[in-house]
Amino acid sequence: MGKQTIIPFGPQHPVLPEPLHLDLVLEDERIVDAIPSIGYVHRGLELLVSKKEYAEYVYVAERICGICSFMHGLGYCQAVEEIMEIQVPERALFLRTIWAELSRIHSHLMWFGLAADAFGLENLFMLSWRLRESVLDIIEETSGGRVIFGACKIGGVRRDISPETLRDMCQKLEKLKGHMDRLTGVFLNDRSVGYRLKGIGVLTREDAQRLGAVGPLLRASGVDMDMRRLGYAAYERLSFEPVTENDGDCYARCAVRARELYQSIDLIAQAVSMMPDGEVDTKVLGAPKGECFMRLEQPRGEVLYYVRADGTRYIERFRVRTPTFTNIPSMIHCLKGCDFSDVPNVILTIDPCISCIER
Amino acid sequence: MSFIAKSPWILHYDGSSCNGCDIETLACLTPVYDIERFGVINTGNPKHADILIVTGSVNHQNRDVLLNIYNQMPDPKAVIAVGICAITGGIFAECYNVLGGVDKVLPVDIYVPGCAARPEAIIDGIVKAIGILEMKHQNMRIKSKWRLRWPWKSELKFSY
Repeated sequence: MGKQTIIPFGPQHPVLPEPLHLDLVLEDERIVDAIPSIGYVHRGLELLVSKKEYAEYVYVAERICGICSFMHGLGYCQAVEEIMEIQVPERALFLRTIWAELSRIHSHLMWFGLAADAFGLENLFMLSWRLRESVLDIIEETSGGRVIFGACKIGGVRRDISPETLRDMCQKLEKLKGHMDRLTGVFLNDRSVGYRLKGIGVLTREDAQRLGAVGPLLRASGVDMDMRRLGYAAYERLSFEPVTENDGDCYARCAVRARELYQSIDLIAQAVSMMPDGEVDTKVLGAPKGECFMRLEQPRGEVLYYVRADGTRYIERFRVRTPTFTNIPSMIHCLKGCDFSDVPNVILTIDPCISCIER
Repeated sequence: MSFIAKSPWILHYDGSSCNGCDIETLACLTPVYDIERFGVINTGNPKHADILIVTGSVNHQNRDVLLNIYNQMPDPKAVIAVGICAITGGIFAECYNVLGGVDKVLPVDIYVPGCAARPEAIIDGIVKAIGILEMKHQNMRIKSKWRLRWPWKSELKFSY
């Protein structure tokens, strides 16, 4: 055993815009251990549920994380709706599905940019963020916000999307597909990108299941698991197959996300073609009483919400288990044994969202 | 305009923000908004930076980190608080781990409101910070000149 060095990584560092601190234990250039320490973004918003009314708390739930903000609001709303046994109108379910898939596209495009920045291709970073802006334009046109939508509420959605806008949206996304071919082509076929990604940070199928990985990280290890198949919102009406890869390395995770981009565009097209007419929200009366677990598929994986209410306007207990939090043990496992220069790549391929972890 | 204001380098630190303002700050640097064409570069090194952009509120854990980063930056420097959380704590002001706005710890020069702050607003904030950097630079020059002339009056205070 050689001499061990500890290199601190973070909290302020150029790879991620968010503060994550890792103590990397190195033997020469090889990592033998990584010790994460978190808490830089902790706000304690699970306790805030006792200070805000249950209908008001949707805004706080959306701000758990600014990237998958719509999905957090959606999860909370679904949990409360299930407790109160509210029938959400069909059209609202389809609109929710469309917004959820739009935020998946924008999150994955953002991830492609950050990953490109991590392995040193700044041009590719700019390219994918330019494509992301066109998705943000669609989101802004339909919901009014760029990152925090504020579109979901208990009992439905706050805005309707007109048929013309829906048609335009489909055309724009078809156009985006052409641009995305160029982007994903570089990630999947370029030789120099392959050198940085292939065979790095391998997570085998057994390890992924043992460490409880979720989302694209798990699917890249060959496990066919996608919470969208539970059929929440309008997903039970839409047909899709979860994207899986078998290698479990950084390249496979990249490939999973690339194929999910096309899948999301396809899902939006399906939802638009099947969109029913009618109301977009129902009146909500009374207060929730009971408890509920709700699972969703976010861009980063499975997220779990627990809501317990006691019949007052204030919810008693709210708990979120976010995908990045579950993926941290897998990330530490992947880091062990790889080179120091591959650390940014491995960290980024789990798509960490620090404000999700710490809430 | 002096050389210092031509291409300010920014350093971005995420306090306890929800990520919304962070990705908008990054979006400023990428195509469509692209402030890099004016020479504004996002750097990871506090010693290279002129402007510190803080998103999100201050909590017990990141207070020392923020102070540490700020003290490492060379003078003149400006601080921009981006987003309502960085200004007052915003929606999270009642949380137990949130101390409040960034101005509880650092002297803030520019406040950029919004939840999440729009890229146009952030760019406007950076442009205003360039003016403040310029003024601070002038004051530093005058101060050093006076110090040479009257070294016993080193306590002289200048405000911009």
